[in-house]
Amino acid sequence: MLLRHTPKEVTERSALVINPAKTCQPIGAMYAALGIHGCLPHSHGSQGCCAYHRSALTKHYKEPVSAATSSFTEGASVFGGQANLLQAIDNIFTVYEPEVIAVHTTCLSETIGDDIKQIRDKADKQGSIPKGKHVIYCNTPSYVGSHVTGFSNMVKGMTEVSESTGKKNGKVNVIPGWVEPSDMEELKRLAALMNVPITLFPDTSGILNGPLSGEFKMFPEGGVTMKELKEAGDAIGTLALGEWCSADAARNLDAKCKVPCRVLDMPFGLKATDRFVDSLRTIAGTSVPEEITRERGQLVDMISDTHQYYYHKKVALFGDPDQLISMVEFLVSIDMWPVHVVTGTPGAKFEKRIKELTAHLPFEVNVKAAGDMFLLHQWIKNEPVDLLIGNTYGKYIARDEDIPFLRWGFPILDRVGHQYFPTVGYKGGLRLLEKILGLILDRKDRDDSESVFELTL
Amino acid sequence: MATKNKLVQWTPAEVKEELLKKYPPKVARKRAASILINEALSNTTPEIQANVRTIPGIITMRGCTYAGCKGVIMGPTRDIVNIVHGPIGCSFYAWLTRRNQTDAGESGENYMTYTFSTDMQDSDIIFGGEKKLKAAVQEAYDLFHPKGICIFATCPVGLIGDDIHAVAREMKAKFGDCNVFAFSCEGYKGVSQSAGHHIANNQVFRHLVGTEDKEKEGDYKINLLGEYNIGGDGFEIDRILKLCGITNIATFSGNSTYNQFATAHKADLSCVMCHRSINYVADMLETKYGIPWIKVNFIGAEATAKSLRKIGQYFGDKALIDRIEAVIAQEMLEVKKVLDDVKPRTEGKTAMLFVGGSRAHHYMELFGELGMKTLSTGYEFGHRDDYEGRAVIPTLKVDADSRNIEEIEVEADPVAYKPRKSAEELKSLEEAGYTFKEYDGLIPDMDKGTLIIDDLNQYEAEKLVELIKPDIFCAGIKEKYSIQKLGIPLKQLHSYDYGGPYAGFKGAVNFYKEIDRLVNSKVWSYMKAPWQENPELSATYVWE
Repeated sequence: MLLRHTPKEVTERSALVINPAKTCQPIGAMYAALGIHGCLPHSHGSQGCCAYHRSALTKHYKEPVSAATSSFTEGASVFGGQANLLQAIDNIFTVYEPEVIAVHTTCLSETIGDDIKQIRDKADKQGSIPKGKHVIYCNTPSYVGSHVTGFSNMVKGMTEVSESTGKKNGKVNVIPGWVEPSDMEELKRLAALMNVPITLFPDTSGILNGPLSGEFKMFPEGGVTMKELKEAGDAIGTLALGEWCSADAARNLDAKCKVPCRVLDMPFGLKATDRFVDSLRTIAGTSVPEEITRERGQLVDMISDTHQYYYHKKVALFGDPDQLISMVEFLVSIDMWPVHVVTGTPGAKFEKRIKELTAHLPFEVNVKAAGDMFLLHQWIKNEPVDLLIGNTYGKYIARDEDIPFLRWGFPILDRVGHQYFPTVGYKGGLRLLEKILGLILDRKDRDDSESVFELTL
Repeated sequence: MATKNKLVQWTPAEVKEELLKKYPPKVARKRAASILINEALSNTTPEIQANVRTIPGIITMRGCTYAGCKGVIMGPTRDIVNIVHGPIGCSFYAWLTRRNQTDAGESGENYMTYTFSTDMQDSDIIFGGEKKLKAAVQEAYDLFHPKGICIFATCPVGLIGDDIHAVAREMKAKFGDCNVFAFSCEGYKGVSQSAGHHIANNQVFRHLVGTEDKEKEGDYKINLLGEYNIGGDGFEIDRILKLCGITNIATFSGNSTYNQFATAHKADLSCVMCHRSINYVADMLETKYGIPWIKVNFIGAEATAKSLRKIGQYFGDKALIDRIEAVIAQEMLEVKKVLDDVKPRTEGKTAMLFVGGSRAHHYMELFGELGMKTLSTGYEFGHRDDYEGRAVIPTLKVDADSRNIEEIEVEADPVAYKPRKSAEELKSLEEAGYTFKEYDGLIPDMDKGTLIIDDLNQYEAEKLVELIKPDIFCAGIKEKYSIQKLGIPLKQLHSYDYGGPYAGFKGAVNFYKEIDRLVNSKVWSYMKAPWQENPELSATYVWE
């Protein structure tokens, strides 16, 4: 047994987190910043933070992840990191020539109290920021929230460059939240099918799912441009997908540039995608083309074709709040039973939302925000499940407890596909169902006795 | 393959100039001292700048002190509960990410699959985190009752002044049956992971080594220092040692246990694999307990044979020496068979190695066995002695960054110190050409005119590949895909690309096959689509 020391009996823990279902803010900020065209993310802290974040993102995407660091030493930690950041900005623009540097902080620079805005302005004054280039930033103290908070903070940081000219440009801002490059591509495809001009930010498609062609571009073709971010202030509205990932940025745009916003769930599964498509339609004043309605019908068709295999199957899930909310809704909509739900990200709203979505079920769901995978495993030991959904770290529980395991979330370190095949939208729903069904039926085929083993399922 | 056409042959001086050309003057000056064009000097080894600060903004391969301490050294110790005191990230990123393979053994204790954190929140940063740390240590003890609990400081801990050592002392005294100690390994200390190795090893030596006095059974007792069981390297070395009848008391620290460290002073010889991360522990074991040390290398079949013979010669027992020769002869059969098959396809190809504090040197052996030439190499976190040999150690200057990394003063233990060899025995070994505590570094093994580069960064790596076009580049995960985008395979020598083992005889066989696979893979010929190779339409297709 890989997790042999995990006891079935749940005891209260007030201080010790074991096997977390979250990580820290800066990696979220780094991922978000990679979704800006020509952007080099910069970690203002010790070089280890940057190394860890780049490693984790690289392993997840199997793509180059470029980012720089202020490489704090003990001296910088005592006297502040201003000199390091000024030098870094100068070196980065000289050597790597990005369009924009997106600085995020770390627990180290936050504890010292470095004022990034002041340092950036100083860099600007002393001529270290070439004309037409940018340094944007956000604060990401690692001891608050989680990686999701850091993502949200950097996206909010992007809206700081948005300006309102007073004249609407007819575009819709779509803030996708922390989803895969493939998902971002899918959202753009859906909007294009509906003839809605959108500004998607961040947009990591083209950046973290690039081709192999004998060329290395530190700044590939994809990503939202600084010009588009600036013009986001003139959009007719903003759709923010995911309360945790995207709402702060959307509200900031509303407050700053009077761009009205709607906060939706991330479009995973039938109903959340319905709401996304319907909202986009109403905001932009267009109609939904037959092609999208047909894709929806295909998803409904697949649910009806295979419903018997999902019906009342118990599921345990861990991951990030926005994703879990939509996934729980999707599972419930196909009559699966989410019994244990854990996120590491704090927030009482999460527990409330999951309880609402599962209120009609004949049992009370175990749900915890600021929980960990040790607790989830204990819950599973007490009430076994038919399916586990979460990031790669779940494979240890899945193997010990012999549970079919759907890799979904961040990070996925041992499988590929998430870069290329979306799970948002109706097409993404088909893919999720195909995966879930495959897992359930592989298990059935493994466990059925020879006498009941079936050819057709 | 377009990338393999060497249109221009750059001289080393030109390459160096190209690497520095784009830097601001200050950066260029600093980097110039870390880029050495190797010269064959008659009596000395050329000097290189190493173990100096990373330049802010320059995309480095390096990690932090915490990574070196918790991730590298203590990470593979399977029956100690390692609690990270800090915000959640540091614990998360060091969770199962180093590929230290583990066998839970008879005791069944294995916490490697877990990660433990105090998950500090802003209130802990403001009001102090000692109370939470104590509660976390207590909760870990109540849940697992381990033999040992270790505490690791992350960046903010040093700044807010939590006394983790006082917490450790208090909890150790309270439990009575659980050794609790702490590491001040804040990420901002030192200039690289190397400082963390030092901090970890010092504390292991101070709090753990020699704490159990039980005699260990077995003949020819050694410690294996600086072997971390990445991809099962340690398992393969242990297999070979066992075949030879050599008893490994303690591996520092692959698949290690509390008890192995505690009885390490019972060994009669320390064998140092990774010189960078642990040579000072070998020194301390010698000073305190009288255990001599030698440098070994189990990377490469010939190097493995040489290292085994060196161990045999130390013990000087004919039965052992004969058995070692028999094992080598037996194991080399398979090695030779595979090498004979692979070598015609690898011979003459070229490699670059930028990794670690010893691996860049060790893996040159394996490439040499494959008939491949190492064109350029360097360490990520090495010191000058890893390049130039131990002779430079007395001349190394203490600077602002190394000053705060503790050197422990060790004296001979009044009870446990026992010379393993008499002065006459040592003398006769040395007269026969035997060398103790000797390491000449990487530079003497590199050809004249090759480039040796310390702390190579993203920009320089890309330039090197562009200009020199090696057949394979060896570094880590962060470098892997940017190099491969250029059409050159990158072999990860930190994590082995999830393969291995590469140590010992079976490891050599694995490596030969792996390098053959990489440098001869067809994928590198697929870069361009047919319509990109021949963009001009010369004729249109005529439908029949």
